[in-house]
Amino acid sequence: MTWTKHDYEDIPGTYVFDGRHAHGSYPVNKLLFSFCDEANRNEFDRDPSAYCDKYGVTGRYKALVLEQDFLGMLRAGANIYYLAKMAIPRGTSVQDAGARFQGVTTKEFQDKLLSKGDGLEEKLQARGGYWIG
Amino acid sequence: MARIVGGVTSSHIPAVGNAIAQGLTQQPYWKRFFDGYEPAKAWLRKHKPDVAIVVYNDHGLNFFLDKVPTFALGCADTYDNADEGWALKPVAPFKGHAPFSWHIAEKLVEQEFDVCTCQEMKVDHGFVNPIRALYGTHDEWPVVTIPLAVNTVQHPVPTALRCFKLGKALRTAIESYEEDLKVVVIGTGGLSHQLQGERAGLIDVDFDLECIDRIASDPDWLTRFTNSQIMRRTGTEGIETIMWLVMRGALQENVKVIHKHYHAPISNTGAGVLVLENTFV
Repeated sequence: MTWTKHDYEDIPGTYVFDGRHAHGSYPVNKLLFSFCDEANRNEFDRDPSAYCDKYGVTGRYKALVLEQDFLGMLRAGANIYYLAKMAIPRGTSVQDAGARFQGVTTKEFQDKLLSKGDGLEEKLQARGGYWIG
Repeated sequence: MARIVGGVTSSHIPAVGNAIAQGLTQQPYWKRFFDGYEPAKAWLRKHKPDVAIVVYNDHGLNFFLDKVPTFALGCADTYDNADEGWALKPVAPFKGHAPFSWHIAEKLVEQEFDVCTCQEMKVDHGFVNPIRALYGTHDEWPVVTIPLAVNTVQHPVPTALRCFKLGKALRTAIESYEEDLKVVVIGTGGLSHQLQGERAGLIDVDFDLECIDRIASDPDWLTRFTNSQIMRRTGTEGIETIMWLVMRGALQENVKVIHKHYHAPISNTGAGVLVLENTFV
């Protein structure tokens, strides 16, 4: 079986959530989706291993879920929006995950983001018509 | 007959809702972002649209990855917000307009946009946060809403050109409805951001500003980009910017630019507000 190649696959440091990724990670994303329901979150907390079994999350995915290795789950194909349902209530923000992808601290990651706003007012004025504040 | 008074765009990131709920909108980090909504809010107060059609993507509340419609239209009397996994208190339900929704669905399908019709549809932060940013938070919302969900999560997602054409079909659908309704189309999401991978944290201010200006004056420019080209520039999650083209396609070719606002960063994104008015010449 061959997965069709795409011209976005050479974008550096980027994993486009397409059929190939969604197919392999379907059970783990289904488990993550179930966390929209508080009763399911509580059931998971009572017995995480049994909950993984119930959703067909096995092998390396199960190990990553049980270790709450959010970065590993992302790398293995979990969708970022679905992962957020598990990671954020457990104290790992999307920015924490981004920082760990780059091997920097969250503070360094946030500082880098803040630097994107450098010179913004000048850019807006140069283009014209923007609300400046 | 129903008529479109204009279009508005807004970011829809979760942090916007949190900032509103926690009363942080005048804190230094948030102040400029939220203050830039005031002219958009004033425009909405002036024109008082009866119905807002909100173009957004679901992030795993109403739709799971088992069935992913490319385009899905709410066709119900009400739309509930719900827990997305973060145990936040849902906002009040949104009132819909089922007969208008079904009219739109019929007219879209006639024009070969085979939209998924939804008689129950939970709306997540992608829908809720733009409404809160533009109207404030209410127990009874001041505008009737119709959700129009676009898949930007599980590829293949529709092209920029397809979204623009959907907007044009949406205009025909709206303007052929017999009730005298004033309609605003709200395009949400974007602008540049990437949440995952080693390239996480990407924001491209220059491309974002070019998108805002071109969507206002020359939307065909963005429709010539492939999704791969857009993601290369704006990040994987920046692909949401294609939803602005649904809004733009629903408007007249020449529109009056009422307001342009851009702020970066907000959370991980470049965030833009654009208010375009139909001139009815």
